[in-house]
Amino acid sequence: MSAPVKSSAPIGGNAGKGAYHVSERGYYGEFGGAFIPEMLYPNVEELRRKYLEIMSDPSFKEEFNQLLKNYVGRPSPLYFARRMSEKYGTRIYLKREDLNHTGAHKINNTIGQILMARRLGKTRIIAETGAGQHGVATATVCALTGMECVVYMGEIDIARQAPNVARMKMLGAEVRPALSGSRTLKDATNEAIRDWINNPVDTHYIIGSAIGPHPYPDMVTRFQSVISEEIRTQLLEHEGRENPDYVVACIGGGSNAAGTFYHFLDEENVGIIAVEAAGKGIDSGESAATSVLGHKGIIHGCKTLLMQTEDGQITEPYSISAGLDYPGVGPMHAHLFTSGRAEFKAITDDDAMKAGLELCQLEGIIPAIESSHALAVFEQREFGKDDIVVVALSGRGDKDLNTYIDHFSL
Amino acid sequence: MTTNRIHQKLQEDKKILSIYFTAGYPALEDTATIIEKLQDSGADMLEIGLPFSDPLADGPTIQESSTQALKNGMTTGKLFEQLKGIRNTVHIPLIIMGYFNPVMQYGVEAFCAKCAETGIDGLIIPDLPVDVYQEEYKPLFEKYGLANIFLITPQTPDDRIRYIDSVSGGFIYMVSSASVTGAKNTFGDTQKQYFERIYNLQLKNPQIVGFGISNADTFEAATKRAKGAIIGSAFIRFLNEKGVDAIPGFISSVR
Ligand SMILES: Cc1ncc(COP(=O)(O)O)c(C=O)c1O
Repeated sequence: MSAPVKSSAPIGGNAGKGAYHVSERGYYGEFGGAFIPEMLYPNVEELRRKYLEIMSDPSFKEEFNQLLKNYVGRPSPLYFARRMSEKYGTRIYLKREDLNHTGAHKINNTIGQILMARRLGKTRIIAETGAGQHGVATATVCALTGMECVVYMGEIDIARQAPNVARMKMLGAEVRPALSGSRTLKDATNEAIRDWINNPVDTHYIIGSAIGPHPYPDMVTRFQSVISEEIRTQLLEHEGRENPDYVVACIGGGSNAAGTFYHFLDEENVGIIAVEAAGKGIDSGESAATSVLGHKGIIHGCKTLLMQTEDGQITEPYSISAGLDYPGVGPMHAHLFTSGRAEFKAITDDDAMKAGLELCQLEGIIPAIESSHALAVFEQREFGKDDIVVVALSGRGDKDLNTYIDHFSL
Repeated sequence: MTTNRIHQKLQEDKKILSIYFTAGYPALEDTATIIEKLQDSGADMLEIGLPFSDPLADGPTIQESSTQALKNGMTTGKLFEQLKGIRNTVHIPLIIMGYFNPVMQYGVEAFCAKCAETGIDGLIIPDLPVDVYQEEYKPLFEKYGLANIFLITPQTPDDRIRYIDSVSGGFIYMVSSASVTGAKNTFGDTQKQYFERIYNLQLKNPQIVGFGISNADTFEAATKRAKGAIIGSAFIRFLNEKGVDAIPGFISSVR
């Protein structure tokens, strides 16, 4: 079990023992590290030196836990999905991150990082966003703490995700269009990094997934690890045991997955299933299945698997779900994949949409399309009738209504 | 320690004017012509930009030139083809500046070997950090006689500057201010103080200032204390407006 508030361990516990946790030097196997230009070194180095110490401070943990409880609404329920379980002949639990304030797991990380930024004496926040979920979660915590907030978003995504752009503005954030490259998430991330280079003293960059240079992947993972920590306590109540047989989560950059897997990484009897977006099909040229289509390289300061040309130019992924179309995966997941610790599945747009609609009709829950990818695993793979399978329902589908409506001609 | 063309050039009793341009821009086959024209108009050293899809240390001008170069069909293999035989006509130091991912995909050793074969003297890879270079790649770069050039910024602490100085071969690339690449018209007092501070450290490697140099004034201010300066974005903008044939006019306007 992870640290109760009074222990001296950082949020997420004392890691480093298991083969799947980050090493002292910031690597997961051969992946990770900090491949950053010198201009970023002072900021990233300050964070690296201080993040574990700050995350170990009892008053920091107390503040984080209080906000998760009273502001985010945690713990999120672990819900036994009876009708779905009957249909698939196994025991399915849903971890309801969709019920969090702002509608997804993203807020766990932004709460943690805004408190971190304050401890570091920063007064200005920048973030990148694709679909706008992380942008909204960042704008929210900036409003909560009275910090200046600039969110970079690809020009194309701004046009596609108007409601989230409006939310960010209402929350007081400035949304700046990323006009370079392909004008989507990867370019918004580049722009945020450039902003940080230009503003090295007062600014903290809240990265939205378990990506980026060390210590970001580990820090984000630790803030998200509240998901698996709660699963263990809740499963003990439901089933009299802490470990499920499987945990399943979708992967964009990999933050909800990292949080869902975290406390089970070293538990060898827990199967880990990571679900990527196959888009229109793995071989269609329009996909985001990085574990299949990617190669080892450097993206946004981190050595990992990423989609690129033979010449090392980063390519634009595709998925119907804006939250899954990132051309890389976090370094922890690259390691879970190459080491064989996790089973990777790729789900097409169509299969994800079907699984999403099915959850609506069997359980009365409208999932985010990202999460629908994780739910589609039951059509792709058999589970034993006594197996306990916990699926991360990373977000709710409000933001995706138009896509659902178009897809099913509702 | 490198005894290649960079080293020799830095021995000369003059301020070094170095020019950055993006290979394959404005047109794919302009690379060799630009190199020759720059040398003939009096540039002392060149940085040949290997374009990358995601150049996160660069401002809009260099980003756009990279995007255009890639659209024109620029690749790593293509660049080495264009540079074949360049040493028949060009004798000033040539440095390739690029991001680490394309180098990794080409194969770091294959890349270094190809650089040596074509007569490249050094590399600037902003996202290959000094500690990773020390641990994994230094012997390789040295085997092929390549100087690896590191950046320092106004935020780099003195002890780290000394460490970078101890690892560097060639020169130290002094980033003029906390910023991505991009032309500026003047330098303020903070920058001048920073130039003084670095000068007073009396490093073993000469320093060349880059980022924000655009004209005779900024070149002079930057080289008051440093050995030389690099012009990038301003030159690319000039190329874009005036074309390759006007290059001599650009160089003579700077000094
Ligand atoms: C609901 C939801 N799930 C999943 C993701 C994917 O991100 P990650 O892989 O970091 O969890 C997103 C990203 O926007 C999201 O909004």
